[in-house]
Amino acid sequence: MTRYRIAVHISPRRGILDPQGRTVADALHSLGFASVHDVHVGRHIVVELDAGDKATAERSTREMCERLLANPVTEDFEIASVASVEAA
Amino acid sequence: MKFGIVTFPGSNCDYDAYQAVVDQLGEQAVYLWHKDHDLQHSDVIVLPGGFAYGDYLRAGAIARFSPVMQDVIAHAKRGGPVLAICNGFQIACEAGLLPGALLRNAGLKYICEWVNVRVETTDTLFTNRYTVGDVLRIPIAHGEGRYTADQATLDTLEGDGRVVFRYAGGPADADEYWSPNGSMRAIAGIVNSTGNVLGMMPHPERAVDTLLSSDDGLALFESMLARVTV
Repeated sequence: MTRYRIAVHISPRRGILDPQGRTVADALHSLGFASVHDVHVGRHIVVELDAGDKATAERSTREMCERLLANPVTEDFEIASVASVEAA
Repeated sequence: MKFGIVTFPGSNCDYDAYQAVVDQLGEQAVYLWHKDHDLQHSDVIVLPGGFAYGDYLRAGAIARFSPVMQDVIAHAKRGGPVLAICNGFQIACEAGLLPGALLRNAGLKYICEWVNVRVETTDTLFTNRYTVGDVLRIPIAHGEGRYTADQATLDTLEGDGRVVFRYAGGPADADEYWSPNGSMRAIAGIVNSTGNVLGMMPHPERAVDTLLSSDDGLALFESMLARVTV
């Protein structure tokens, strides 16, 4: 078994009103970042788990996203990274 | 008739629901602890308002997996009535008992105020004592009440007469679908395809006594009495 640290990005689905993202974009504009034309605010979740291999770790995390971590109605998720780490 | 009111860690409208049922309606009510697999032979299940499990991750996301919810889902699938209010509505959506989701209010603020809610259909277990077009004074108190679903789901809800309540009476220049929280098509409450699960963001249990400004919510409970056979 290897311990893996997996980072997941969950973001509001494109096309669904994201008032938080819009507010942050407005704030960036007011700070002079005129080139910003879109911002989305989501969640970054880090899961540590033990698995036989990297593919199993990723598959397991994907299932977690589908069942709990992301709402399939309004959010999209992507597995941003999978890294093996030393067990504490 | 016996109402079973679920208490999750973080529920805070369970007592309001209890009081509405027992003191105003004159019916029986029991609290159902979230860790128990026991609905205590309740005829109607109430998923009350609050912040179940701290609303961690997303409102309702954790509560849907609590032990009692497995029995509530089975009760709903058997056709048993479920009244899901505010946080209860969020939990019911997360549990798949109702379509769509409740997202952060468009204005980003928590809103606690009296609103006007229009009755869109009286052909339900929950609204048969109203008249279509009735405008009810009912309070809302939520940060995540923006009803959201894809267009096909919205069209199905409309086509099947499952939009039960809509927000009404916005500012003079408001468009047709004005709502305090940015809900799609101003939806404040819907029922499932079999009509036995109602989810709504406004709090009818807080509008059951004119001493507290309005008793417009009482007929919702009376509607269930009229239709549910015990």
